[in-house]
Amino acid sequence: MGIRSLGLAGVLSLLCGLLFSAAFAAHAQLRIEIIGGGANQIPVAILPLKGEDQLAQSVTRIVAADLQRSGLFKLVDAGGVTPVPGEPSEVQFPTWRARGADALMVGSVSPLPDNKVDIRFRLMDVAKGQQLTGYAYQVTPAQLRATAHRIADAIYEKLTGDVGVFSTRIAYIVKNGKTFELQVADADGFGPVTIIRSDEPILSPRWAPDGNRLAYVSFRAKKPIVYVADLAKQREIVLANFKGSNSAPAWSPDGSRLAVVLSKDGASQIYTMSAEGGPATRLTSSSGIDTEPNFSPDGRHVIFTSDRGGSPQIYRVAVAGGAAERLTFEGSYNVSPRYAPDGKSFAFVQRNGGKFNVAVQDFGTRQVQVLTDAAVDESPSFAPNGRLIVYATEVRGRGILASVSSDGRVKQRFSVDTGDVREPAWGPLLK
Amino acid sequence: MKRNLLSVLFSASFLLAVAGCGSTPEGEQTPAPVEDATAKAPAKPDPSLGKPVDTGVSGKPLGGGSKDPTKDPSNILSRRSVFFDFDSNAVKDEFKPLVTAHATYLRDNRGRKVILQGNTDERGSREYNIALGQRRADSVKQMMLLLGAQEAQLESVSFGKEKPRNPGHDEAAWAENRRVDVVYEGE
Repeated sequence: MGIRSLGLAGVLSLLCGLLFSAAFAAHAQLRIEIIGGGANQIPVAILPLKGEDQLAQSVTRIVAADLQRSGLFKLVDAGGVTPVPGEPSEVQFPTWRARGADALMVGSVSPLPDNKVDIRFRLMDVAKGQQLTGYAYQVTPAQLRATAHRIADAIYEKLTGDVGVFSTRIAYIVKNGKTFELQVADADGFGPVTIIRSDEPILSPRWAPDGNRLAYVSFRAKKPIVYVADLAKQREIVLANFKGSNSAPAWSPDGSRLAVVLSKDGASQIYTMSAEGGPATRLTSSSGIDTEPNFSPDGRHVIFTSDRGGSPQIYRVAVAGGAAERLTFEGSYNVSPRYAPDGKSFAFVQRNGGKFNVAVQDFGTRQVQVLTDAAVDESPSFAPNGRLIVYATEVRGRGILASVSSDGRVKQRFSVDTGDVREPAWGPLLK
Repeated sequence: MKRNLLSVLFSASFLLAVAGCGSTPEGEQTPAPVEDATAKAPAKPDPSLGKPVDTGVSGKPLGGGSKDPTKDPSNILSRRSVFFDFDSNAVKDEFKPLVTAHATYLRDNRGRKVILQGNTDERGSREYNIALGQRRADSVKQMMLLLGAQEAQLESVSFGKEKPRNPGHDEAAWAENRRVDVVYEGE
């Protein structure tokens, strides 16, 4: 247990105020709907934080929603207990054993000078009545949502053993009539902010590993050009504008370089270049199309799509050079490869019959598991804990985002009120 | 640098306009003041015949006149789209005259430039489709280079599946979207 004060407020308020064109009001929430749950859900009781009525919004509700949305928890009824306990000594554990809870969150909120609040919680093992974890935070009202996500992350990590991703953000493209917007929202869909707005298509948003920059492709100059937007400095540079088309940016894990696809030498091929711009160094040489590069977590390899063998398949090449190795052998269309964060597998899109679905292939066993089954699924992106994959799909003709757990069990859908959403990119963990 | 290029283009088209003014409108053949480089030596007209004789020299109109042939609906140059079969970037026979006409025009009008914009139908990965559209635009570019257009006059780019002309989801829409458009500078 320790006291943490969050340094997120600065970044968050910058994001909320940030735009590269005229100011827009924040949009309505990105809506999230849970379709399927996990098999063995952990029963947990999230008790209301004592004293949180004085807050502008309920922190407890956000914690509960985060855990619910993960599909890994069964939220036990936490109501009907008065007075609300604020610490473990006030908890009647037999009540919670009777309600079937394995774990329980109890905590409290109290005001501090300077308009700050103290928020503290403890996660308890119900059977043993012992503390599993606990933290206290001193935060401003603007930091309430972020604090709730931190609490959900701590509970998730303690009970599942995995890193929580509730404090992350997702970038995506919204197309509304003829307007395209690159937006960033919290992983729970809250507070979408428009980073770039254009009358011409935007695609392929990609987070820098430090979460401060986004690379993307825009047609605003009437041809595909790769840009890098610095979210903190509210600036944008042209990364690659060589003759012909420039697209498919991918960051190296240390954020110093990007791979891009350029057609300047007569065919779409993969090059690398500094994140500041400048000359491009050729990485692949084939007589076909090489595109959709993606770096391995250790930065030593790039997986990519190539049709050098006659049909689009996924290959791997060492960044240091050498021959490319083919990885996919099922079917005639395997594209859009993305390394899992642990480097042991990759997600991709496979065409089966007329359908395009998200699948995962293990590097070691070469086994393929197809995770989705709609007609058109594209653009898979791993959550930084490797447990979830967000992707774009269509329902009744409208573009929406969906996510599926890497074992295929938990499913969610994200939609906006108007327009089509596509091209999701899950942001990195905050340090 | 930019200003010099513009002034060169302006004076080039001024010269061409002057050449145009030199020819008589009634269909009689007279040699133009700016000679075609492939012209043969003119034969001496026979004054006893009282009418002009075919000198064996024919001037080729070089444009720069009041009508831009690339915008003239009665000219093949106003047709700008080359359509492709599924999974193919081969220029079909039916479109070869169109590509040839544009290449020839560019060969004879060194000051003009085009962007070749490649497109695909909506099926499949966005980035792979950018590359497929690029391959189609490059096919047209290659053909134009072989027919006399210059590298400096041509840029090939791709919109992939992002800017469909037909928003439908059937074979007819897909066929209309598998396309390269020839776009002249300034359009």
